[in-house]
Amino acid sequence: MADQATFADQAMEFMPALYAAAMRMTRKPADAEDLVQETYLKAYRGFGGFQEGTNLKAWLYRILTNTYINQYRAKKRRPDETDLDEVEDLYLYRRLGGLEAAQAGRSAEDELMDYFTDSEVKDAIEALPEQFRMAVLLADVEGFSYKEIAEIVDIPIGTVMSRLHRGRKALQKQLYEFATERGLTGRGESDDGSAARERVAAEQASTRTHG
Amino acid sequence: MADHEHDHDAVDCEQVLAELYTFLDGELTVERRSRIQVHLDDCNPCLEVFDFEAELRQVVRSRCTEEVPFDLRVRVEQQIQALARQSDLDAQA
Repeated sequence: MADQATFADQAMEFMPALYAAAMRMTRKPADAEDLVQETYLKAYRGFGGFQEGTNLKAWLYRILTNTYINQYRAKKRRPDETDLDEVEDLYLYRRLGGLEAAQAGRSAEDELMDYFTDSEVKDAIEALPEQFRMAVLLADVEGFSYKEIAEIVDIPIGTVMSRLHRGRKALQKQLYEFATERGLTGRGESDDGSAARERVAAEQASTRTHG
Repeated sequence: MADHEHDHDAVDCEQVLAELYTFLDGELTVERRSRIQVHLDDCNPCLEVFDFEAELRQVVRSRCTEEVPFDLRVRVEQQIQALARQSDLDAQA
């Protein structure tokens, strides 16, 4: 049983993470602010039900996720699980792997950092269908375990794993398309379908506006 | 995958790559984890894939931060204080 008087001291430090997650969920700053505010007020009122010593961050994320699903998702048609195309494993590695060899003395991480801007990474996550977006966000951005994600989203662990598997591949494909649009990919052109992908990417580039 | 000029079986590589994400997610048993570590010590092509995926995740994570609007933080703190004062008053009444 947690003491409400200690709520702010314990919970405020998670606001940057919660706000970032809310931005990826709602895609709009005004909605993200409302969602975070609502989450904190609900959490404060319900803090007596929080077990001291358990994971407060995960508890807050569960409230954030439930609030999002109940208030924001209701506005839209429920997204379809089959929205995602099949994507091959290691999609990005097969196309961008070995970058670090190009410029000696630089880490692969630096190279990848150069490849993708903040807004491209954010857009790529936001482009994922909701179930996949939540799983990828909670695992790859927030670092929650499968079990924690299962509890936050209220789905079985096996479902967490399959959503992560498909969501990560779709994320890689989207990132590659952004890189291709900007003409950054000079490698991996020998793989099948790359010319077709580039045509599609070029068509998308002419219609998409970058935020 | 790249050509494997190693004495271990390519089946090993397949199994190791199949567990790549579970490994990076920290969800493998200590035993499975150390078996993969042993393989990676000996297999550069697999190590390259693991490094790439680990670094990509690092990039995604560091690119996804947001600055909390100052007003939001202030608003939430004020609302919590107001709720606390209200429940104090209720307790006294």
